[in-house]
Amino acid sequence: MVEMTGAEAVVEALKREDVSVIFGIPGGANLPIYDELYDSGIRSILCRHEQSAAHMADGYARASGRVGVCMATSGPGATNLVTGIATAYMDSSPIVAITGQVPRAMIGRDAFQEVDIIGITTAITKYTFQPMKAEDIPSDIKKAFYIASTGRPGPVLVDIPKDVQQEKAEMEFPERVTIRGYKPVVTPHPLQVEKAVDLLLSAERPVLWGGGGVNLSNAHEPFRKIAELLMAPVVTTLIGKGAFPENHPLSLGPIGMHGTAEANRIVLEADCLLAVGVRFSDRSTGRFDEFCPDAKIIHVDIDPSEIGKNKKVHLPIVGDAKVTLEQIYERLRARIAQQREDSPWMKRVQEVREEVRRNAKLDSSNNLLSVQVIKKIRELLPPEGILTTEVGKHQMFAEIHYKVIKPRTWITSTGLGTMGFGFPASIGAKVAKPSVPVVDLAGDGSFCMTENSLAVCVEEGIPVVVVILDNRSLGMVEQWQRIFYNRRYSSVRFGSTPDFVRLAEAYGAVGIRATTIEDFEKAFNHALLSEVVTVIDVPVNPEEDVYPFVPPGSGLKDILYGPEEL
Amino acid sequence: MSESYIISTIVENKPGVLFRASNMFRRRGFNIESITVGPIEQPGLSKMTIVVNGNEDTVEQLVKQLAKLIDVIKIVRLEPKSSVVRELALIKVNAPDQRARADLMNYVQIFRGKVVDVGDGTLTIEVTGDSDKIDAFIKIVTSFGIRDISRTGVTAIPRG
Repeated sequence: MVEMTGAEAVVEALKREDVSVIFGIPGGANLPIYDELYDSGIRSILCRHEQSAAHMADGYARASGRVGVCMATSGPGATNLVTGIATAYMDSSPIVAITGQVPRAMIGRDAFQEVDIIGITTAITKYTFQPMKAEDIPSDIKKAFYIASTGRPGPVLVDIPKDVQQEKAEMEFPERVTIRGYKPVVTPHPLQVEKAVDLLLSAERPVLWGGGGVNLSNAHEPFRKIAELLMAPVVTTLIGKGAFPENHPLSLGPIGMHGTAEANRIVLEADCLLAVGVRFSDRSTGRFDEFCPDAKIIHVDIDPSEIGKNKKVHLPIVGDAKVTLEQIYERLRARIAQQREDSPWMKRVQEVREEVRRNAKLDSSNNLLSVQVIKKIRELLPPEGILTTEVGKHQMFAEIHYKVIKPRTWITSTGLGTMGFGFPASIGAKVAKPSVPVVDLAGDGSFCMTENSLAVCVEEGIPVVVVILDNRSLGMVEQWQRIFYNRRYSSVRFGSTPDFVRLAEAYGAVGIRATTIEDFEKAFNHALLSEVVTVIDVPVNPEEDVYPFVPPGSGLKDILYGPEEL
Repeated sequence: MSESYIISTIVENKPGVLFRASNMFRRRGFNIESITVGPIEQPGLSKMTIVVNGNEDTVEQLVKQLAKLIDVIKIVRLEPKSSVVRELALIKVNAPDQRARADLMNYVQIFRGKVVDVGDGTLTIEVTGDSDKIDAFIKIVTSFGIRDISRTGVTAIPRG
């Protein structure tokens, strides 16, 4: 027991969680905490908007696997975090958000900068805490980190009234905490594992489907070993890219609305689907009733509420993906030998691949500058280099054309689809992995939403590279207006956009314009070596559209390969 | 086919728990008929009894979503056949004259209710039972003119 203020306890508790960096903005209601941070040794990165602070914490978490921390004051500071918290919630990213609150006596009186952030964030957090006594802070923060990082990870918010930060109390810092209503099941039921092995062994056309859960639980190795042992093709979700090396012969890429044609076609032919750490999102499965109608579906997830939520499955297994897949692999290996590469199923997979490769419409995509830039980034970025994206056409082009090789090198907002996520997330990722090149692939629409983080990069010396596929439009919306709304471009083309080169320079960053792929290669190589954040603006034709495309409300079989098929 | 299901939960007895649960019901679109909450013998815990309308799939999903809430400690689905299910209703009915009062007293007796208050031209009746019984009683006394009704919602406990 040691006497200290609530604010001191916050900082001490953060240190005990090995927090070395926080992203945030001070204000009236969190001044005591910021005063303690001043000489705490914890790096405090001053953001320019709280939304970006939350995305930075999220990017940090996704790149490192550790909890990211963001901070904001009460009222507007707290509400500005909301989009970032919701983004982390939808993509199961472990962040802890610490907000200041008005003093206890003022709560409920509509005080200056008072907002009910607990009420606002209840639906988009795993849990929230509001310590009303200073002595509750050590255990509440310990619990916040524990809940955020275990089970299915997610954001936790701790809202601390200002006078609780100032109050002195005898503090006890617990080594561990137990929460009686929170006991994630890590080890799968052995009988379910045995049944999964039986199903996989009796399958003639097995497919593995990896989602974000494979990345979160670091289950890559057993996932790959199962695929190789069974000689089963592997597909992923959008967030699951990186669950399996996409340069591997068994990789077909992601399924879904803008999945690869081969992945969408093969997954529908499966007679057994091992789905790991996925949530059967409509963007991945298309119409639920047309998704894998003939397959026995095995669903491995640590969150029991995901099982059967959108699609009935034959065999649910609740458990950690890594632990479960290791057990499945061991039992498979005990029962079968390495499967052959020339099985009828692998021949069929090869046949579909060849068909897709010969598709002239898909092949014509390779002429698009957007696609060439994305392929060039992959070529020039080392396998451990991290790519973040914003949300829109550039993201979908990257989904199809950017091959993710290593785990945790692909960071994108999938569930919430948050424009403006990629740039601050890239900053968080670079802070977590300073020795690795980090690139934000952006559209001009998204980049404008959080571009002010350029100031953070310059001030803190965080040399990420931003590549803007600049179509002077909200490109994805424009594509839909082109396809579904008879080219009535309603509020989608920007009448005025900034000169991104000069914008970058105004912030003290480097700005380069590249109009050809050769220019881009030069600029990108330059940027990778730069010690300053670099923005590369690549003007592209707004009519460069993303195909293949499974229209919303359709089944995955209804793939459009080009605009003429509408 | 839509039916009523009863779910009994043990939850942390602290501020915000009911809010978290009801917020989740709203967000996930569950059709809740009633929620009752009251403390149990262990300190710090409450029992929350939920009646939900839906089918087997919705109830299974509701149970999973409830289990996911960190303040929910235990969940039991109660089968109506093997549970004691009770609701209490207070019904204020017009009883302008002797005859109406006599008729009402008669019904109260049949339904094993109680007259708990007499006002100027009204009787307030307490009826306890499962929801069907209370619905039946209300139907019968409707012709007298109902001034006000207050129902507690269902609470339940397994038999044996």
